[in-house]
Amino acid sequence: MIVGAEWYMTVAAALFLIGAFGLLLRRNALIMFMCIELMLNAVNLTLIAAGRALNDLGGQVAVFFILVVAAAEVVVGLAIIVAIFRRRTTASVDELSELRG
Amino acid sequence: MSWEVDYLAIAPELIIIGSLFLVLGLDLTLPRLKKYWTATAAVAGSALALIPLAFLAVEGETISMFDGSYVVDEFALVLKGLFLVTAYIVFLMSVNYIESERYYQGEYYLLLLASVLGSLVLASARDLIVLFIGIELVTGPLYLLAGWRKGDVKSNEASLKYFILGVLSTAILLYGMSVLYGLTGEITFSGLAEATAAMPNSPALTMAVLFLIVGFGFKISAVPFHFWAPDTYEGAPTPITAYLSVNSKAAGFVAMLLVMYLALPGVSDVWAPALWALAALSMTIGNLSALRQTNIVRLLAYSSIAQAGFMLVPFAAAAVAGADLEEAFSATVIYLVIYAVMNLGAFGVVIAGARTTKSGEISDWAGLSNVDSRAAVLVAVFFFSLAGIPPLAGWFAKFVMFRSVMIAGGAATVVLAVVAAVNAVIALYYYAKVVKSVWLDDATREFPGEFDEPPAGSLRLALAISVGLTVVVGFFPALATFVADASRVIAAGG
Repeated sequence: MIVGAEWYMTVAAALFLIGAFGLLLRRNALIMFMCIELMLNAVNLTLIAAGRALNDLGGQVAVFFILVVAAAEVVVGLAIIVAIFRRRTTASVDELSELRG
Repeated sequence: MSWEVDYLAIAPELIIIGSLFLVLGLDLTLPRLKKYWTATAAVAGSALALIPLAFLAVEGETISMFDGSYVVDEFALVLKGLFLVTAYIVFLMSVNYIESERYYQGEYYLLLLASVLGSLVLASARDLIVLFIGIELVTGPLYLLAGWRKGDVKSNEASLKYFILGVLSTAILLYGMSVLYGLTGEITFSGLAEATAAMPNSPALTMAVLFLIVGFGFKISAVPFHFWAPDTYEGAPTPITAYLSVNSKAAGFVAMLLVMYLALPGVSDVWAPALWALAALSMTIGNLSALRQTNIVRLLAYSSIAQAGFMLVPFAAAAVAGADLEEAFSATVIYLVIYAVMNLGAFGVVIAGARTTKSGEISDWAGLSNVDSRAAVLVAVFFFSLAGIPPLAGWFAKFVMFRSVMIAGGAATVVLAVVAAVNAVIALYYYAKVVKSVWLDDATREFPGEFDEPPAGSLRLALAISVGLTVVVGFFPALATFVADASRVIAAGG
């Protein structure tokens, strides 16, 4: 059986939804962060599958850029979470409620 | 294919990169007491980058590089000029603010320069990859800068909220782009424009376009994607808040306009109603929330959400009515330029006034005119300009917005114009409330700050530039029209 591009697209859409729901439902900053990574990887999978199906290099090149930017974002995000851990010993976003209105 | 690089065309970017490395080197080598040189390097870099821009503007040629992915046309030049001038003002506002804090300076200017570089790249982006890199370069450093005051829980929270929602919006935006690519096989704007105009409307195409709108909606903090903005604005250092509300918002607008105008004009029946709803909701909810704010920075945050709604009006109206998008495009650029100048001024005067009041509560600003009359005058100038009262620049922005709506015509457009008109009146109320507090109310307490000592030269220069532009453009709107006419020269590249 040949696994066509649409199967990859479906898996990618499922990954994206899992990430989105995880982001909405989980309250730990680290887990939320992982969910975003899941969403970004769903994008990568879509781009690679589409690029392969269309026989076009553009999509696969785009993935390299997204990987690099995602890595940079991990650095930024972990730095922010570490800064918060230093002030208070929890990573739950519900504890962060100084700002409202 | 042309892979030749025109170094003059990318000289502004190269100068910003150069000053970025200079700041890094100075920060590493200089002794602690001389770190202020990093600020000088950043200020000088953003001013120097304007010189090649002027040369390019005089030449007036459209230069297309990297196989049409990177285009320097008059539109790009206008926007780069806007980004550099606003960055210059923000650097000037930062100097004292950052020095008076206990944190290091070098990284601050380094990160801010990186963000400026991103906005310059964005103005020239003519394919999805370059656009994405530009957006990320603008916002990435800002996540860190929002949390600059590491010891302050509010600042931590501001940066985490901004980060989570910023990255989420990036993921949504990217997913939209990837589906769009999957449908068309095109990355460049010109290719996408052809492919989407030719293909029938499908659920997948609609979904991709809506995902793009949601992603951009977060970046320009349009309602209902605005909830991060007030918290982030309040918790971030005030110069960064000014940068977020002007430069990063303008960058989001530029990205959105580029994609909608150059890449997706063929599917305007999908994105026009979405933009219409975003504009109406942003104006109304932004203004109604601003009414009950007691903190001046939060008030400006909601005001900037409402202003984003006003900025969306011409484009949404023209697209809904099926009118010529070019007119609306230049109206949006005029609004963006004028908004940038007066909003920066408003934040500058908040920094200047807070030296005396040591508080962000509007009630604590009561009676400021008795002790610091110059700051009080500037409060009146910038807040009345934001409200759109002639002869300050804001009136012309509002005028151009309503004019382009009238040109577009049609029932849905008129409804939007009525919503905008009602909101302009609501906005006047809360802007005037701040001015009333400063000028008419009696001081309820002793001012704790040092009002005998004038603010530092750099802050005064920043305010002088903003107030000068606000007043001059108000009296001679032809200047703003000139800018907008130049921005009509936009090349699709590719």
